[in-house]
Amino acid sequence: MGSNMAENHPVAFQWVVQAKLHGATVIHVDPRFTRTSALARRHVPIRAGSDIVFLGALVSHVLSGGHYFGEYIIPYTNAADLVPEDFRDTEDLGGLFSGWDGQAGRYDPASWQLTGERDETLRHRRCVLQVLKRHFARYTPELVEQVCGIPQESFAAVAEAVTSNSGRDRTTAFVYSVGWTQHTSGVQNIRTAAILQALLGNMGRPSGGIMALRGHASIQGSTDVPTLFDLLPGYLPMPHAGQDDLDSYARAGQEPAGFWGPFRSYAVSLLKAWFGDAATAGNDWCFGYLPRLTGDHGTYQTVTAQIDGACKGYFLVGENPAVGSANARMQRLGLARLDWLVVRDLQLIESATFWQDAPEIETGELSTGEIGTEVFFMPAAAHTEKNGSFTNTQRMLQWRHQAVEPPGDARSDLWFYYHLGRRIREKLAGPAADRDRPVLDLTWDYPVEGRLAEPSAQEVLREINGTGPEGRALSSYTELRDDGSTRCGVWIYCGCYAGEVNQTARRKPWRDQSWVAPEWGWAWPSNRRILYNRASADPEGRPWSQRKAYVWWDPERGEWTGHDDPDVERAKPPSYVPPAGTAGPDALAGTDAFIMQRDGKAALFVPSGLADGPLPAHYEPAESPCRNPLYDQQADPALRRYQRPENPYNPPESEAFPYVFTTYRLTEHHTAGGMSRTLPYLAELQPEFFCEVSPELARERGLEHAGWATIITARTAIEARVMVTARITPLTVQGRTVHQVGLPFHWGQRGITTGDPANDLLAVALDPNELIQESKVATCDIRPGRRPRGPALLDLVAACRRRAGISPGGDR
Amino acid sequence: MVTTRTWIGRWPVYRQLTGEDDLGRGAAARSRRTDGLASRTQTADKVVQSVCPYCAVGCGQLVVVSGGRVTQIEGDPDSPVSRGRLCPKGAASKQLVTSASRQTRVLYRRPYSAAWEHLDLDEAMDMIADRVIETRKATWEETDAGGHPLRRTLGIASLGGATLDNEENYLMKKLYTALGAIQVENQARI
Repeated sequence: MGSNMAENHPVAFQWVVQAKLHGATVIHVDPRFTRTSALARRHVPIRAGSDIVFLGALVSHVLSGGHYFGEYIIPYTNAADLVPEDFRDTEDLGGLFSGWDGQAGRYDPASWQLTGERDETLRHRRCVLQVLKRHFARYTPELVEQVCGIPQESFAAVAEAVTSNSGRDRTTAFVYSVGWTQHTSGVQNIRTAAILQALLGNMGRPSGGIMALRGHASIQGSTDVPTLFDLLPGYLPMPHAGQDDLDSYARAGQEPAGFWGPFRSYAVSLLKAWFGDAATAGNDWCFGYLPRLTGDHGTYQTVTAQIDGACKGYFLVGENPAVGSANARMQRLGLARLDWLVVRDLQLIESATFWQDAPEIETGELSTGEIGTEVFFMPAAAHTEKNGSFTNTQRMLQWRHQAVEPPGDARSDLWFYYHLGRRIREKLAGPAADRDRPVLDLTWDYPVEGRLAEPSAQEVLREINGTGPEGRALSSYTELRDDGSTRCGVWIYCGCYAGEVNQTARRKPWRDQSWVAPEWGWAWPSNRRILYNRASADPEGRPWSQRKAYVWWDPERGEWTGHDDPDVERAKPPSYVPPAGTAGPDALAGTDAFIMQRDGKAALFVPSGLADGPLPAHYEPAESPCRNPLYDQQADPALRRYQRPENPYNPPESEAFPYVFTTYRLTEHHTAGGMSRTLPYLAELQPEFFCEVSPELARERGLEHAGWATIITARTAIEARVMVTARITPLTVQGRTVHQVGLPFHWGQRGITTGDPANDLLAVALDPNELIQESKVATCDIRPGRRPRGPALLDLVAACRRRAGISPGGDR
Repeated sequence: MVTTRTWIGRWPVYRQLTGEDDLGRGAAARSRRTDGLASRTQTADKVVQSVCPYCAVGCGQLVVVSGGRVTQIEGDPDSPVSRGRLCPKGAASKQLVTSASRQTRVLYRRPYSAAWEHLDLDEAMDMIADRVIETRKATWEETDAGGHPLRRTLGIASLGGATLDNEENYLMKKLYTALGAIQVENQARI
């Protein structure tokens, strides 16, 4: 669901096809019929943005039919825990959970805290399983038909396939991509699948789980070693204003039990890796050097700060927001207001040349001579021209060896940042201002190699791995201490350089090792290939079945063993009961399989950490042609909008914007196109931007196959070639027909193949948890013919806004 | 001297009829020229193990180098992830690294200018370092209204692609954090 694996991850899809040849049932739930659907047993067309109804109905089916894995859920999930008396569900409050503060626009999760009592008979009215049952009771096959546009027979077939393929002997896996994440309900879409998979006992087991297929070579690595505003390496949070010292920071992040218990060790080891000998117990390990957050500093907030003139300097490093971000026009307006911009890329992408050829220059909104942005284009080295590691979608780090030197002025990003830091440090040296101390105290003495003075990527990886008291490489995060004796740049990567060997460069051929292939690359944590794999064994430590044996307790040797590194302390027996007064990992029992959770249990009900409720509930997308039939609450109450003139929203159920559109990728192109529209082979394979429409919609709007269409939202209008295809099915939702339009989003004005950016159509509406944009569903109008040129384009959009009742300020 | 017999023996139809290759799709169809060809990997200076830079599946690549240039990129049959296969993008990645439109020189656009200029790499690095220092100083926030430390600048932001190496992301986050730049983002949120 939410993934077109055959087209976007084709080489991984070979394993799905292999599984199918071995008898697996493959089901594809997706708005469009794609090559993934073509190879599946069943394609289930769904209305974009209704996934929680579909998944929630599966949860309801599992609960009402008693299909859950009872022996699994009692020890391994919080099904038996009791919620407090004052918790109120969406069923009680018209679509809101208890704790909603309408004025502040956010939840207070106090009433979501579990009481600590458990009822393992699962009959108590307030136990999580019963709360779930009531919460999802109205998520029925009839509702699925009404909201998702999926016939009841089709839903029944999926429900039967999933439940009959789960249990001791069998496991079901879910695969998703940005078709789940890029929604205002992104996190809750995945949460619903997590509830379902935990109830069915499919987590932590071979061929089970929920697999996120990520779209970029090291997008997983970019999250683990985060260039993200709210994180420090290894999912440590960035400190917030008010966390004035390490104690207050650690108190907020530390858990009484589980592997977030040693939070302080991870944090101190990071500060020691960054500030070296300057970080001492006496100065709070330089914790005060860290900048503090005061709310949302995400990429979309940043673009508003650029337009408003507060954010003046910008680095774009292999990223093309002028095409790739939602409401890309807003991004270009932001770029045009900067003092300076550094673009590092292989090609002259649209984000580097906006001052010459942005669409806004044609419409007269911008003019080259009035754009004051100073632009530095710094050519980048390609993946073949530098050493380094990528972390793939399975958390596996793979080292790449340099093949050739980069041409001309092209340099790696490692080179750029190392030498930029070195120069800044030289310029700031001398009598230092207090604010410059963190820069000057930074450990920044990487050895450089070769003619270009390239810093050693391997030395950086070694710092990421961490070192112990004698400066030797550490082999596991369990060795980290909070007394300053260990240094570690990314605690979850500790062990990737164990034994002074670059473990990520291991390349033992697959035929020479076990089916798990543990000697190819290195997966975090501790080269573990399946997370929470303790759950692949029963509470006593025996495999649930021989067919699904993965790791198990060996009573004779007194340790965990199996096909993978066990995700539990190797010597902790299943019978272990934590003595009173223990903390951290020692405070988890031998049956606690979900070791990052403070109670060691998979969270069916999430007591804290989510901005939009402890349970998933269906809300309509920010822009939808339909009314929410479940609750009074139309859209997610906590979703984040930026109400600004350059970011107006289409009103829900608007006659001016009656159609749903969804954006997607093609096999032959890559994201914003900088790495694909510039390649002759790929440009020839997919030479033109197009929109996919059903024959019914084509008739309704007079669209001709291979002709042109103009697609309009409150933001702008773009044009695309028309592809009329039965691959897009009109759906019957709440008694009327809903048409969906498919738009690949790779195009911009540069490269060998050019076209309008589909992302220009989108508004910025964000998931309240992760601040990811809703680019998989919005509403539009579509008309035959090309779009107007020049200022006439603005007139067309203004007329549509007026028709929809949207004011020039972006409000309704 | 070529006898009639050897001349006929080289004729593909004769070989198809008399040999084991009944369908004429293997040995019978091979010419002497084909026999004399060697693959680029055999004559290459080196073959380097790499990883595809497009999606996150992480297919193994073999990068073939001759004369200091990439001459071919193909799938790595040893990889448990991909077993030698590549998709259209991965298979086209030689064009990514050898593209004629690839920029290999630093370019500079002055404010309000209509054209690019060339700039020396060293000078560009120096100018960028100056911009960072100036903007940071001008937009520095030491504390919030309540006197709690902020130690940051909202004047500088960064957006990185998810094709960055782990080591690169690490140095970026480390430097930006020390500088107090917090608006550091990545494709991972997009």
